[in-house]
Amino acid sequence: MDFNASTLLLLLPEIVLLSAIAVILVLDLFLDQSKRVFTYGMSLAALVATMAAVMLGDNTSQVVMHGAYVVDAMGSVLKVALLSVGIFAFIYSRRYLSDRNLFKGEFYVLGLLAILGMMIMVSAGSFLSLYLGLELLALSLYALVAFDGDSKPGSEAAMKYFVLGALASGMLLYGISMIYGATGVLDFAGVAKVIASGQADQTVLTFGLVFVLIGIAFKFGAVPFHMWVPDVYQGAPVVVTAFLGSVPKIAAFAMAMRILAESMGGLGPEMGWQGWQGMLIILAVLSLALGNIVALVQDNIKRMLAYSTISHVGFIFLGLLAGGDKGYSAAMFYTIIYALTAVGGFGLLAILSRKGVEAENLHDLKGLNKRSPWLAAMMLLIVFSMAGVPPTVGFFAKLFILDALVNADLLWLALVAVFFSVIGAFYYLRIIKVIYFDKPESEEPIAANVDARLAISVNGLAMLYYGIFPASLLAVCQAAIAAL
Amino acid sequence: MISLSEYLILGALLFVISIAGIFINRKNLIVLLMCVELMLLAVNINFVAFSHFLGDINGQVFVFFILTVAAAEAAIGLAILIVLFRNRRTIDVDDLGTLKG
Repeated sequence: MDFNASTLLLLLPEIVLLSAIAVILVLDLFLDQSKRVFTYGMSLAALVATMAAVMLGDNTSQVVMHGAYVVDAMGSVLKVALLSVGIFAFIYSRRYLSDRNLFKGEFYVLGLLAILGMMIMVSAGSFLSLYLGLELLALSLYALVAFDGDSKPGSEAAMKYFVLGALASGMLLYGISMIYGATGVLDFAGVAKVIASGQADQTVLTFGLVFVLIGIAFKFGAVPFHMWVPDVYQGAPVVVTAFLGSVPKIAAFAMAMRILAESMGGLGPEMGWQGWQGMLIILAVLSLALGNIVALVQDNIKRMLAYSTISHVGFIFLGLLAGGDKGYSAAMFYTIIYALTAVGGFGLLAILSRKGVEAENLHDLKGLNKRSPWLAAMMLLIVFSMAGVPPTVGFFAKLFILDALVNADLLWLALVAVFFSVIGAFYYLRIIKVIYFDKPESEEPIAANVDARLAISVNGLAMLYYGIFPASLLAVCQAAIAAL
Repeated sequence: MISLSEYLILGALLFVISIAGIFINRKNLIVLLMCVELMLLAVNINFVAFSHFLGDINGQVFVFFILTVAAAEAAIGLAILIVLFRNRRTIDVDDLGTLKG
């Protein structure tokens, strides 16, 4: 536990990213607008370097920095996932931003800071480091949502996001203060130890747990704490939506795992009720129902995908509450796949947007197949994956969750999940119908950069690849959860 | 001697006032920002009280971090408020309703 220089080596990914952010922030000041591409390149290089540091680093489970920082396999896998999804989001953003005179270094610096915050959340070993990572993420995202300072919906969405995000942080903190009061410690391992010993005041602990859970539900965007999701997704520039709709889900999953499974895992049946699993059931069922049903009537794709996010969160919660190695690894698989799918969906909208034209309504996708068969095929794979149609990976993600539920004797929940997924399939198929069977409104060819085309192809084909070989990723998730 | 539960009741009261302020207030966004600050201060009272009665310093360290983050949060909140005012010439909560569906 004592500090020595070699523990710094374990923090290398964060140190690399932070140094890169500092360098990019300063160098960007000295660049002309025509050379802004250099900032973009450096940001991608920073993400790749950080990913290399994570992959090459030691990931045997250990706790350093007096319990504040955890190194383990789950952390490494989630970090690689969020860095790669972040790379996709950055690549999709370039042309969209330069078309709107928003191609500035701040976008990339804020994005990198958000990713740094998420990495800290993923590796948090105590409530303090978790909270600091969370705030670094949230503050960067508030600024990103308001990135287009002249956009009315953008600034309104940022204000709503800020107020509700701050409310969520407050709830989370209040819960943390109660848990601290009941157990007297702030690190997750310590909390788990005190709970196991039975010395903690159960009433205070449960009180704290409820507030912490509300905070987690807010950050995920689960019903009834979902109010911000549709407005923020719709109001933010689409490249920001691509970022905030995908990567933070991975960090939120890590937060839920660290708090619920690692430190509060011992709370439950002996208290005479189901503990946090019971509360998650309510959140999950409500999210599945409201998300899928309200999405049916949306014409704005960003808003539709926001409600679809809410229903996917329901699925992630189902995996978490099923518990055990099987449930947790299924939820982890689902989260990573969902982040990858979501970034592709919003990224495609960014690619379709031109100067002065936002592709955000369903009719903007009309006849996409005639304008660009390849992009249409990629969108097909992404939408099928969201709906859970085989052979795309979304099918297996849902299957593993249902399997875990049945294993945990929660057959009725599995049936509810299937029922609402079938309802959800309707609006996904509506997107497909518009793309393939409607006449295009404009014959204008789609101007996409080579990098964005390449990224969307990799992203779409990944849906197919992991759909055919789901075991390759599932095995990684299972190993990571088993090492907890 | 003031007992732990009295501190906790004070913290809970401030917390409830701030949440009520966020939901009831329909007029001014600045009041909303003040409520957010009040909420964090309520949490700080809890942390300091627990820290004192548990004889453990970690809670007070946490408070320092919360204060720092609250300052950063207020800065971002006011910045967004200015952007909003520039775009819409009003900071009424009721006017934040263009995003719907």
